[in-house]
Amino acid sequence: MSKPHAIIIGAGFTGVATAHDLALRGFDVTVVERGPIANGTSGRTHGLLHSGGRYAVKDQESAIECIDENMILRKIVPNVIEPNGGLFVALDDSDLAYAETFIEGCQACHIPIEELTAKQALKMEPNLNPGVLAAFLVPDGTFDPLRLALSFAATAKSNGAKFRLFTEVTEFTFDGQGNVTGVKLWDRTNDNRSELHGDIVVNATGAWAGQISEMAGDPGIPIHPTPGVMVTYDQRLCERAINRLNKPADGDIVLPQRQMVVVGTTSFEVEDLDYIPVVEDQIQLMFERGAELLPGIRKANMRGAYMATRPLVGGGTTGRSIARTFKCFDHKESHNIDGLVTITGGKATTLRQMAEKTADVVCQKLGVDAQCTTKDVPLLSHRQFYLLPN
Amino acid sequence: MNTKWNVTFRVYRQKDQQTPHYDEFKMEVSPDEYVLDGVERVWAFHDRSLTFRHACHHSTCGACGMRVNGVEKLTCITPIREVTTDGGVIKVEPLRNFPIVSDLVVDLGPLYQRMEAVGHRTVLPTNEAGIANSLKAKKAQEENGMYRLADCIECGLCISACPIAATTAEYLGPAVLAGAQQGGLDRDPHVLELVDSEVGVWRCHSAYECTEVCPSHVEPAWRIMDLRKKVIGKKFKRLFGG
Repeated sequence: MSKPHAIIIGAGFTGVATAHDLALRGFDVTVVERGPIANGTSGRTHGLLHSGGRYAVKDQESAIECIDENMILRKIVPNVIEPNGGLFVALDDSDLAYAETFIEGCQACHIPIEELTAKQALKMEPNLNPGVLAAFLVPDGTFDPLRLALSFAATAKSNGAKFRLFTEVTEFTFDGQGNVTGVKLWDRTNDNRSELHGDIVVNATGAWAGQISEMAGDPGIPIHPTPGVMVTYDQRLCERAINRLNKPADGDIVLPQRQMVVVGTTSFEVEDLDYIPVVEDQIQLMFERGAELLPGIRKANMRGAYMATRPLVGGGTTGRSIARTFKCFDHKESHNIDGLVTITGGKATTLRQMAEKTADVVCQKLGVDAQCTTKDVPLLSHRQFYLLPN
Repeated sequence: MNTKWNVTFRVYRQKDQQTPHYDEFKMEVSPDEYVLDGVERVWAFHDRSLTFRHACHHSTCGACGMRVNGVEKLTCITPIREVTTDGGVIKVEPLRNFPIVSDLVVDLGPLYQRMEAVGHRTVLPTNEAGIANSLKAKKAQEENGMYRLADCIECGLCISACPIAATTAEYLGPAVLAGAQQGGLDRDPHVLELVDSEVGVWRCHSAYECTEVCPSHVEPAWRIMDLRKKVIGKKFKRLFGG
C-alpha cells in the first residue's frame, strides 16, 4: 500500500511540528505556505518558553501543557533555547497578595518553583527594580522563534516532507459531496497555478484558521485572532525571563534576546489580519510597564515595535479570559466535511503536543496505526532546512 | 505617530529568472514605521505576488535583510524616517552576492552551508558570548551555567556588503569567519584548514563594510583580524611542535 498523503496548510509552529510528526509516522507530507517559514504569528512570538507559571492560577490545563512541553523542548531542540529560567517578581502589595495562589497553582501543575528573597533576586538580576519585594524562580526560558520552526521543518524534510513556500491556497478541491480532496495552489515565486490532492488536509493556519475553514465551507470555527504589541530595547538588561507576579496583564513580561530585551504584550481583537499597525500608546504602555520591572529600560533606546496575532480558541469570552489551550477540529464532526482537520489555538511552547494530537486525529481518521515518537527525536540544526533537498 | 508622509516604494521584481524590473507603489506611511512594514503593506494591499522573507519583526531572526536605497538593512528595525523624507523614494532590492529566488527573496544556502562547516554554535555559554552592554550585565553574564543565543543572526547583510564576496563567490565571507573566530580553532582541526586558505581569512581586504552593516553587533571585521592572529599562533605552535 502506498503511503497516505497529508497536505498541511501553514508553515508556522503547528504546521512544521505536524509535518515532523506525520513524516515520522510514515506519511507523505507536503506543507504549503503562502509566505516564508514562520512569517505570521509564530515568527513574531515573544519567545518565552513558558514554565506554565503564567497560567498556573487561572488556566491550569495550559500550565500543565507548558511545563511538560518545556522540558521536552529543552531536550530535543537545545540549539534554539536559552534555558536560563525566569523570575516572577512582586513589586507591590497586590503582587504579594497573589503569591499564595501562585504557589498553590504551581504545585497543582507540578511546576518547580523556588522562593527568593529580594536580595537573592537582585543578585541574580542586578538590573531588576531595586524595590522588588519577593521573587520566585521558575523554569522559563527564551527561544529563537524562526529557528525553532526551522528545526522542526528541517527534521521533517530529512524524513521526506516537502515544503512549498510562497505558495498560497486559493481554493479547496472537493469530491462532489462537499468533502475536501485537496487544494488549488498559486506559486507566487513563478506565478504557476496547480492542484494538489491528498488523503487529508490539515489546516494549521493559526489566527487565519477561521478564514481557511470558511473556504472549505465551515464557517463555525470559534477563533478569536487577538493581537498584542511587543517592543524591543537595545540593552540586554536581564539573563532570565522577568515576569510580574500577578494575574496576566499588559506589558508584564520582559525577555532577554541576544543583546536586547523584549517587553510584551497587550491583548485586543481585530478584523483584518494581514496587516496590523502598531499603535503609539501601546508602545508607551510597554515602556512604562517594562520599566517598572527593569528601570534600565528608561535609559535604553527603542529598537523595534511589532504586532503578533494570537489564535485564541473560545466560546463567548474574549481576550485575556480565553484559555491558552489548543483545539483540533475534525470538520466531519463539526460540519460533515470529510478530509479536513483544523488545528489552532495553543502556544508556541506547546507546538509539539499540538502536532501530536493533530497527527493522532489524522491517523485515526485514515485508519493508520502509528504512534507519536516526537518526544524522543532530537531535531536537526535550523540550517539544514535550507541545505536538505526538497 | 500621527505624522503622515507620502513615499514611493520602488521594489525590485524578478520571477523565475526573467529580466528584472522595478515596480512603484505610492503609499501614505508614518515615518516611524519600519521599512518592512511598508513592504508588508505592499503585499497586503497592493500586490499579492510580491515575495519577501520575514519572521520575527524585531531583529532576532535575520530573515528580512534587504538593500534599502543601496545599503544593506535589517528592514524590521529600519524606520522609514532614517532612509527617506516626505515625498521621497525608498528603493528596496534583494541582498547581493546570493542567488535570487524571487523578488526580494535570496537563497542564503551558501551561508548556512559554511556556518555548518565552521560549526558555529547558535547557543553559547554567556561567558563566551561576547560583548556586554554594561558592567552590571557583564557581571550577570559571568555566572556559570547561563546560556545566550549567539549574536550572529545569519542575515547575510555582511556578505551582501562585502566587496570580496562580490568578486569571489567562494570567499567564506565575514559571518562565517566571525563564526570561526567565536568558536575558536581548537574545537575542530578542519576549521583551521578551512579558514587558513585563499578563500579564508587572508582574502579579506579590511574594507570593514561588514561591521558597518551588521545589525547585531557581531563586529565581523574585528573578528577576522583576530582570527588571523589566532591562525598564525596555531601555525607557529605547529612549526615548533607545540
